[in-house]
Amino acid sequence: MRYLPLTPADRSEMLAVIGAASIDELFADVPQAARHVDLFDLPLHAGEIEVERELARLAARNRPGGAGPFFCGAGAYRHHVPATVDHLIQRSEFLTSYTPYQPEIAQGTLQVLFEFQTQVAVLTGLQVANASMYDGSTACAEAVMMAQRVTRRKGAVLSGGLHPHYAATTRTIAHAEGMDINCLPAAIDAEAAVIAAIGPDTACVVVQTPNVFGVATDVTAIGEAAHAAGALLVVVTTEAVSFGLLKSPGEMGADIAVAEGQSIGVGLNFGGPYVGLFAAREALVRQMPGRLCGETVDADGRRGFVLTLSTREQHIRREKATSNICTNSGLCALAFSIHMSLLGEAGLRGLAEINHSLARELKAALETVPGVEVLSPRFFNELAVRTPVPAEVLVESLLADGIVAGVPFARLDPTAGLDDVLLIAVTETVTSEDIAELAGALKRRIAA
Amino acid sequence: MTMLNVGRPTRPEAVEMDTHTSLNGGRGLLQDEGLLFEVGRPDRTGVDLEPAELDASDLGDLVRTAPIGLAGLSEPEAVRHYVRLSQKNHAIDLALYPLGSCTMKHNPRLNEKMARLAGFADLHPLQPQSTVQGALALMDRLAHWLKTLTGMPAVALSPKAGAHGELCGLLAIRAAHESRGDAARRRVLTPTSAHGTNPATAAFVGYQVTEIGQTEDGRVDLADLAAKLGPDVAAIMVTNPNTCGLFERDIVEIARLTHEAGAYFYCDGANFNAIVGRVRPGDLGVDAMHINLHKTFSTPHGGGGPGAGPVVLSEALARFAPAPWIVHGPEGLRLEEEARGEAADAFGRMSAFHGQMGMFVRAYAYMLSHGADGLRQVAEDAVLNANYVKARLQGAMTPAFPVGPCMHEALFDDTWLEGTGITTLDFAKAMIDEGFHPMTMYFPLVVHGAMLIEPTETESRAELDRFCEALLALAQAAKAGDVDRFKGAPFLAPLRRLDETLAARKPRLAWHPEPTAVAPAPQVIE
Repeated sequence: MRYLPLTPADRSEMLAVIGAASIDELFADVPQAARHVDLFDLPLHAGEIEVERELARLAARNRPGGAGPFFCGAGAYRHHVPATVDHLIQRSEFLTSYTPYQPEIAQGTLQVLFEFQTQVAVLTGLQVANASMYDGSTACAEAVMMAQRVTRRKGAVLSGGLHPHYAATTRTIAHAEGMDINCLPAAIDAEAAVIAAIGPDTACVVVQTPNVFGVATDVTAIGEAAHAAGALLVVVTTEAVSFGLLKSPGEMGADIAVAEGQSIGVGLNFGGPYVGLFAAREALVRQMPGRLCGETVDADGRRGFVLTLSTREQHIRREKATSNICTNSGLCALAFSIHMSLLGEAGLRGLAEINHSLARELKAALETVPGVEVLSPRFFNELAVRTPVPAEVLVESLLADGIVAGVPFARLDPTAGLDDVLLIAVTETVTSEDIAELAGALKRRIAA
Repeated sequence: MTMLNVGRPTRPEAVEMDTHTSLNGGRGLLQDEGLLFEVGRPDRTGVDLEPAELDASDLGDLVRTAPIGLAGLSEPEAVRHYVRLSQKNHAIDLALYPLGSCTMKHNPRLNEKMARLAGFADLHPLQPQSTVQGALALMDRLAHWLKTLTGMPAVALSPKAGAHGELCGLLAIRAAHESRGDAARRRVLTPTSAHGTNPATAAFVGYQVTEIGQTEDGRVDLADLAAKLGPDVAAIMVTNPNTCGLFERDIVEIARLTHEAGAYFYCDGANFNAIVGRVRPGDLGVDAMHINLHKTFSTPHGGGGPGAGPVVLSEALARFAPAPWIVHGPEGLRLEEEARGEAADAFGRMSAFHGQMGMFVRAYAYMLSHGADGLRQVAEDAVLNANYVKARLQGAMTPAFPVGPCMHEALFDDTWLEGTGITTLDFAKAMIDEGFHPMTMYFPLVVHGAMLIEPTETESRAELDRFCEALLALAQAAKAGDVDRFKGAPFLAPLRRLDETLAARKPRLAWHPEPTAVAPAPQVIE
């Protein structure tokens, strides 16, 4: 077995050092009835060639995004990741290290986390950011529970523009803690209904912009209403590239901003691993979940970084911790940070502008398709459209043209009665030709 | 999982050591590297993008006008920045990394290559299911391996790490109690030696935590457990092999007592790597157990994640598993994403999509490579290596539980350091100067000055000997009164001991343009 260095001779000599007659003696504490003498009914070991063959066979039964025009978004976006990013995250010292518990020999990871936290803070327009959460949806759930700790209230209002899977995740986790989660009905302009739902026991309102229908909204007024009622404003962003063009959550009054960072550096990966971004106002830092990296000095007075404020965390506080999170998304945070530093201020703005321009081009093209109605008034890089036939049927039929046309909203929430809504996203990986091809195919399929 | 110098923030002590210093303050080829925001510039970029003809008129006042505050690097600068930083990290690729309970084993590069196949990496979670049949088949096969290896009938793949898996398991348990209208069960029992995530997760789910005592020989105290079980207990959470590196001999009886009291048995599977291929948790009476794919199945830890924490479930809990899951239908495999119809008992959803697919590919490649025979060998060699380390060190250091074998990790206490003036922390930091990452220290909490060593099965005998000889030499130095070697350690790391107290007292959690009170490290001249 190529991954196991011990030889049979090593094993018997080591058993002699230990003073055991056989390996079975070392498993003597296992109850007799639970000892398995025979191998389990699974294949035996395989060489690299066989494993590659098997996995290549499985991979070949999938249609990668790059195989043709591709318009899926709805919380995961197909952006180009520079080759440098994937090369650097495979450096042994990043890939095969553990959580930086020994700061003297983990300054690489720690400095990256400090830089990552700074990037997330400036992108969201808030003062402090943590070292990452699992993904945007779990970051959203954690934000709601943090609001409960800060306000000591039990209610939360979730906008109907919030990604339905984020709402479901938040409901599942926060409900268990005894919170009363009010999920407003899905609607293109769902933000309009949020203020009326705020009550005296509301810990926070959660709004997403651009929302799940692609609609970009100024949520400042919602924040003001929440603050007037003693509640916090949580702003969710599922497309991190939008930070390069749109007003930041902090500028709109967010107390907590959470986002999915997958768009920058991470790739699609069929839904994971991704990286949750989590930022807050400075005053709230001691209620934040997850790891925080902070600056300090070493014994010689040289600048260094350590994990800090860990009295919030499970390994110190146990049942009184702010969250149970331990392992987070370290390597994805690194990928995010590298890609973001390659982009820089100018690059991120440029990338966001390309995305928005393509979305305008998409809108213009879709408006030429009879029977299709563009629903999103203000948008970043994703549009909701009404289709004359169920969106799922349309997507399936366009597959025959080699086009993945988008995500039917019903896939996210089959009970909303929005079967005729299709979410179509564009990124810099989409060409003008792709957009023309989509519009042409839609015309043909709808006419047929 | 949770390893740290628990509750013991380090503070440097004044021990000086003469060293040669360079003229610019650097350390030879180990380059000092400023922060991204010091070496980068707002107008610099490492990507070439065709400028868009931007017309954002439709966005009106939604457009961000103020500078963001990002710094950019050209590609060569970015490569240097991150390669220089990487050189300040220890890694399993450099040497044995004996963090007990964390399972730092070799990460096969084949798995990295497989995860990057476009047919896995370039898939959108919401593209039509007819276009991802191979991905669903991989998830289905991974599930089959996990169920077979654990002897459990069901598995929820979506939890994103061990603690997320614990949350999933407890939510399933809670849903099972609620489905019977049993709302009286408000308590979860955990041993004092439990990982911090166990009580934290129980509290997250709204349960109160009660600790169970431990016997002299490092196992759950059955009498104490029996006394604390009752109609108000929802579940017990027990790690097996436990955090002392010992197999819970009475595990079957623990499960029986738990079930008799109407509670469920959550097993923390962080240490499954010690028994994989030899023991099935399903045979021990477990109702739910998470499996850290980043431990047992060697997906890389990446400096703190991502992990993956699928949860296997017993028959009693299976129908409460969260969405999504895979069903076999007439047109192939289908991902059921909603709690409805036959799946109406599902307790909800753990995250936006389907779990850590990138980790599933790596773990499945690992499983195929090892096979049933190789996985069994993994457990045996992991246990053999730990017992070998214990045997070699026990003359100089004091094993916490000297009688009988350990499983995959060897636990020592600090009795042997008594009178030396040297603490576990000092000893651990001195290991760095000898070229090794410290072991897990001060965990589990039940052992004074604990040192938990997990070598894993991917260490050769030669590397184990090198490690043991380094520790034996240090132990000898400690006993010989060479105190400065320990108190000032590390001397030979990229940085000396860091002031964690200062970091916590005056938190600086982001870079700010204003001058800092702390002198910056010497910067590379551009």
